Amino acid sequence: MLSISTLGKTYGTGERALDDVSFDVEGSQVVAVIGPSGAGKSTLIRCINRLTEPTDGEVRLDGTNLTSLSNRELRAARREIGMVFQEYALVERLTVMENVLSGRLGYVSTWRGFRRKFPQEDVQQAYATLDRVGLRGHEDDRADELSGGQRQRVGIARAVLQRPKIVLADEPTSSLDPETSRAVMELLTEIAREESIPVLINIHEVPLAREHADRIIGLTDGKLVFDGTPDELDDRALDRIYRSEEPGGNADRQGTPEPEPTAGDDVNPPLERVKADARSSPEGR
Amino acid sequence: MTGTRPIDAYETEWRRPTVFASHRTKWIVYGLGIAFLAWNVWEARVSLERFVYGLGQGAVLLEGMVPPDFGVSVTANGIETERSFWRIYEGMVETLAMSIVATVAGVAISVPVAVMAAENLVPRPVYYVGRAIVSVTRAMHELIVGIVLVVGFGFGALAGVLALVFATPGFFAKLLAEDLEDIDPAQLDAVRSTGAGPLSVLVYGVLPQVLPRMIGLTIYRWDINLRASTILGIVGAGGIGATLNTAFNTYEYDYAMAILLAIIALVVLGEIISAYTRRRVQ
Amino acid sequence: MADTEDRDGVTEYPEWNRHDVTTRLVRFLGLLGAVSLTVLAWRGLGVRYEYVASAPTEIRNLFGRMYPPDVAYTGDIVTPMLHTVNIAVVGTLGAICLALPVAYLGARNTTPNDATYAIGKLIISGSRSVHSIIWALVFVIMFGTGVLAGILAVTFRSIGFIAKLLAEEIEEIDETAVEAVRATGGGPLDVLIYGVVPQVKAGFVGIAVYRWDINVREATIIGLVGAGGIGVELNNRINAFDWPAVLTILLAILAVVLVSEFVSAYARRMVR
Ligand SMILES: Nc1ncnc2c1ncn2[C@@H]1O[C@H](COP(=O)(O)OP(=O)(O)O)[C@@H](O)[C@H]1O
Ligand SMILES: [Mg+2]
Repeated sequence: MLSISTLGKTYGTGERALDDVSFDVEGSQVVAVIGPSGAGKSTLIRCINRLTEPTDGEVRLDGTNLTSLSNRELRAARREIGMVFQEYALVERLTVMENVLSGRLGYVSTWRGFRRKFPQEDVQQAYATLDRVGLRGHEDDRADELSGGQRQRVGIARAVLQRPKIVLADEPTSSLDPETSRAVMELLTEIAREESIPVLINIHEVPLAREHADRIIGLTDGKLVFDGTPDELDDRALDRIYRSEEPGGNADRQGTPEPEPTAGDDVNPPLERVKADARSSPEGR
Repeated sequence: MTGTRPIDAYETEWRRPTVFASHRTKWIVYGLGIAFLAWNVWEARVSLERFVYGLGQGAVLLEGMVPPDFGVSVTANGIETERSFWRIYEGMVETLAMSIVATVAGVAISVPVAVMAAENLVPRPVYYVGRAIVSVTRAMHELIVGIVLVVGFGFGALAGVLALVFATPGFFAKLLAEDLEDIDPAQLDAVRSTGAGPLSVLVYGVLPQVLPRMIGLTIYRWDINLRASTILGIVGAGGIGATLNTAFNTYEYDYAMAILLAIIALVVLGEIISAYTRRRVQ
Repeated sequence: MADTEDRDGVTEYPEWNRHDVTTRLVRFLGLLGAVSLTVLAWRGLGVRYEYVASAPTEIRNLFGRMYPPDVAYTGDIVTPMLHTVNIAVVGTLGAICLALPVAYLGARNTTPNDATYAIGKLIISGSRSVHSIIWALVFVIMFGTGVLAGILAVTFRSIGFIAKLLAEEIEEIDETAVEAVRATGGGPLDVLIYGVVPQVKAGFVGIAVYRWDINVREATIIGLVGAGGIGVELNNRINAFDWPAVLTILLAILAVVLVSEFVSAYARRMVR
């Protein structure tokens, strides 16, 4: 069970991104966190596995207080928390299989990881998971050869391979087209059922949240302003979450960062050429 | 998580694919590479004693180098300059002049070579000749050409300028040829369709497409020539390098340091001017 | 490119005419400046026209004295040639070792603070602005003539080059991928091996091999000031007016440089 109490985060800039947020998640619940851009959704997710350090409050996972762990203990705790990222966050130059197996890095020795010599069960599990997410036969492809939807499936497979107690997903669909977004959401909900673990998903599009989530949490200006079932999310509630902003999600997609264009300053042709040679096909498509 | 099949139906082994023909080839290549490196390190083994002695000499050298002696002193009567200051000044002027003349002459001979080395503009045999010129002029370092030419032309800037001119196609023609190969063929056809001869096609169809790039490359080449001009004097081919070499040979280390600083200043200045103008042009 | 500019001018700027006139004026002045600078430079060199006029004859004479190359002499240059390759390889290896920490300091996203960043940049530009032959002069004074001075010259010249490109490579790392590895519970070494290394490996190998290729060429000249390799032999043969041997050396240099260029291009193609 994930239990969050009075969680708060003030950034170095003085920005109060998260304020007194408390809620519990358990079972195989799919929880959608909605809210306008800048509401603190990413901060919330990242405070749970401490990619961002919270400044107040507690996060407990099955009784362990994550906020007070030492670095070493934190690494052990992170193994039990799967994370899916908005921009996939795959290591582009590694193969699909290496990206998936990297979910086991917390369990194998660095030396084995270095030689890519993972235990047989892990390899089997990786093959099975890739099959499950529909990527059978892509094991040896490099991550940058895949489409956006395929990459996000690899990202999900990597999280699943951790055999986590919970999966966190930070806007997993915001770089994808509507159809692929739906498929990815379906996959995440199915995983919650199959693995009987809760999944906490930040999401921009309210319709997607309604459709897939068992429970919806609304954030505004770092505060929790709504916590209920999709049915309870009526216009009044939406108004509270989005305030003056127009509810309805899809209109609000400009928050998605564009993929980085490859820098092409042509200052030193010969030097540039080495780098161009060394670099592979441009990422993103 | 289980896939569509029972877990034991899946493979238990996975090997990272390799760009080599096989994993065995990979290890052979790696092994050869490491053996080559190891042999080189072994071959170059250096006695510690000599190394330590050298460090001691380095300290002596450094002591002799600071403070640098530019041959300028400030006295009650104002600023006084010695002969050594003017030697630096003359060397720098000569260096600069060499770099400019060599760039103009070098670019002039490189343009036809670039056309010859552009696959889309000339017949095959000509192309091969063009590529050969590029490869040879690229492979020979300016200083090597310089030291040979000094014997033919005597000490002085002429040998240096010729060495730089010789080296220019290896850079300029190579890069320009790559641009020529990328030009838009539709514009060539447009000019050809007016019944223009090959030279007109070059002037009206090709030149406008690559002119900004040519100017940029010329400035860039000047920058490279300026650097090279500062050292050609070490083999007697003109410029400040001769003064530097003499200073080292006569143990005037403080003077050598002054020359070094002057060279660095000139090179950095050249780099700034080159970067700035190239940005403006392109 | 200039072509599009003009077309833009015609279609989009109402005062295209004036625009065109200024552009022409700037171009004309630029050309005028370049021509007068060249004339000035040529005057400044004070080269006598007779010398230039006799240049083709002189070059032909030089070649006449060199040709045919001294084939029997080939065996004598094997050892100095190996030294040349040796200087390039060990010099590059040394430069890589020293450039790694410098690149770490010189990359905005890894450097600990502004001061370390400045130090990194200072080392990079210092190393790059001194030519290897000058480094060779200095190291010959310190360590005497021979291969050691050559290796150090190549090393010191290459540090800045490698560190600069490597720092740029590090700055281009995708941080979220690194973060993702950290989020799986991997330790710092795992994060390095899975998150960072794959992202910089190809660039690193490309830079190292490319620099090695350049260094083979540089290693052919540092012998001219006594820092080992084929340059020493070349200098000796020239001083002895042994022209056929000089041509043999030049051809050997050509061969070695072309081969290393090929190897370097091949290696860069293989590592992706
Ligand atoms: N690293 C950071 N430093 C300072 N402020 C930040 C940082 N990350 C986010 N913020 C601020 O915190 C607030 C919440 O951000 P975030 O959690 O990314 O919102 P969301 O994911 O809901 O769009 C925003 O106002 C943002 O500007
Ligand atoms: Mg966010």
